[in-house]
Amino acid sequence: MKLVVAIIRPECLTAVLEGLFQADVRGLTITRAQGHGGETEHVETYRGTTVKMALAEKVRLEIGVSDHFVEPTIATILAAARTGEVGDGKVFVLPVERVYRIRTGEHDQAAVTPVQESAAGTPGE
Amino acid sequence: MVGSDIGWMLMSTALVLLMTPALGFFYAGLVRSKNSLNTLMMSVVSMGFVGLAWALLGYSLAFAPEVAGIGGIDHALLRGVGLEAKGTIPHLLFMAFQGTFAIITTALISGAIVERMRFPAYVAFITAWSLLVYAPVAHWVWGGGWLGRLGALDFAGGTVVHITAGTAAFVAAVILGPRKDYARQALVPHSVPLTVLGAGLLWFGWFGFNGGSALAANGQAALAFVNTMFAPAATLVVWTILDMMRTAKATAVGIATAIVVGLVAVTPAAGYVSPLGAMAIGALAAFPSYLAVLVRARTRLDDSLDVVAAHGVGGVVGALLTGVLAQRSWGSPADGLLFGNPSQLGIQALAVVVVIAFTAAVTTGILLLVKVVSPIRAALRHEGIGLDVSEHGEEAYGHSEGAVLVLPEMRAAMTVAPLAPAFGAQGDKA
Repeated sequence: MKLVVAIIRPECLTAVLEGLFQADVRGLTITRAQGHGGETEHVETYRGTTVKMALAEKVRLEIGVSDHFVEPTIATILAAARTGEVGDGKVFVLPVERVYRIRTGEHDQAAVTPVQESAAGTPGE
Repeated sequence: MVGSDIGWMLMSTALVLLMTPALGFFYAGLVRSKNSLNTLMMSVVSMGFVGLAWALLGYSLAFAPEVAGIGGIDHALLRGVGLEAKGTIPHLLFMAFQGTFAIITTALISGAIVERMRFPAYVAFITAWSLLVYAPVAHWVWGGGWLGRLGALDFAGGTVVHITAGTAAFVAAVILGPRKDYARQALVPHSVPLTVLGAGLLWFGWFGFNGGSALAANGQAALAFVNTMFAPAATLVVWTILDMMRTAKATAVGIATAIVVGLVAVTPAAGYVSPLGAMAIGALAAFPSYLAVLVRARTRLDDSLDVVAAHGVGGVVGALLTGVLAQRSWGSPADGLLFGNPSQLGIQALAVVVVIAFTAAVTTGILLLVKVVSPIRAALRHEGIGLDVSEHGEEAYGHSEGAVLVLPEMRAAMTVAPLAPAFGAQGDKA
């Protein structure tokens, strides 16, 4: 089990989601985030005030996956979120100690297995 | 009385009243979200406090028969203001129309002191200001006072409304001092669409402001109406070109500002100049105000929303250009410099100087007096959390997550009561 955390450009989110669904990665959470990845700041002007926007809009994906889904997930994000410009983001892969599915109480491997496959599993195990 | 005149003036009164909440939205969009309700309130509250002060006393000080240089108290509490004719409309309607001007004028000042002034002090300030500054100047120019007798031209309030508001804004910004984050942090507008919406509604209302200042549904009203359409158009074009030259981008805040500057500049001239003259006024007014906006941002004068640049500078430019471009052939009582009457420009300049000096002096007095009675500046920590919560106990863009309902029985047991006193009690002397 791993937790894949990816910070990507918001305009790449749709492509990333399509790729993940095609790769059968179905459980994920996204958050709007702001970050700085070394890219050039854009400049905004409001009357006499000029400001440099030091933080760029990003989207943070959090995906808990079982081991054999780790590589396809990473490959999909790398392919779909890459523009080649500075600021494309990062993918972090973190070990996960335990996972519970709140609805059933399933944990670990069963909790990160898509629903249709684990529907027959025993709750509470 | 003339039915069509009454109809137009009823409508104009409503149009001008709409300008005050419109101004509130224009200003609210330009501040940070944590102060947006407070900023909106500073305009909207004027409709109540200044509106009432106008009906009870202000109208009389401006338009009752003169006593000691200002209107007397013959019309106080609306005595003698009924359905009898004043010109071709009911006296009462004239009073209400003029009241909407007093309301918007005081609201204009708020742009200079947003995000840091205590609300009760602000309300006391604008109410007193409407009686002690606005009403006397309105009397001098429109109520039969000495500037009007001298021949100063001010069709719809370039001097009475915009120069007084711009001057008071300057004084208030100086006395209050800059916001704690001014020139240290980037203070950027939280909702530009709100600002553009406000500018659009201001323009709409301004057709009543200028068109209604003919006090009749006649040719002069049509002239003022059309000039109100094309002067800001010219300002918008010039402003956009200046924006493009400076940053290579046309800005929405710039266009919204340009609309206001053009409207301000054409206000004293609206019923007195040709449409081409109005376009010239609009175009020319863009330059000094644009420059003033840029220069102000590099100073310690935290006139936060550029009231001086838009209304002060725009008002002076409009008042002076009225003395240049006014034409008898378009209905003006006197010709301007360009039409063979150079002395008109001198009269306009005198009115500008006198009104600026009077407004600066009395505004200073009022603010210092209010300061003696109660603090005018919000505590630094209130400025930090935002005046929406500290002054009003509300949020503009609240979300209910984390909001726990206080039931009546819990309210009795609550030791920490409303936020503002609890914060204020912790020794904020700053």
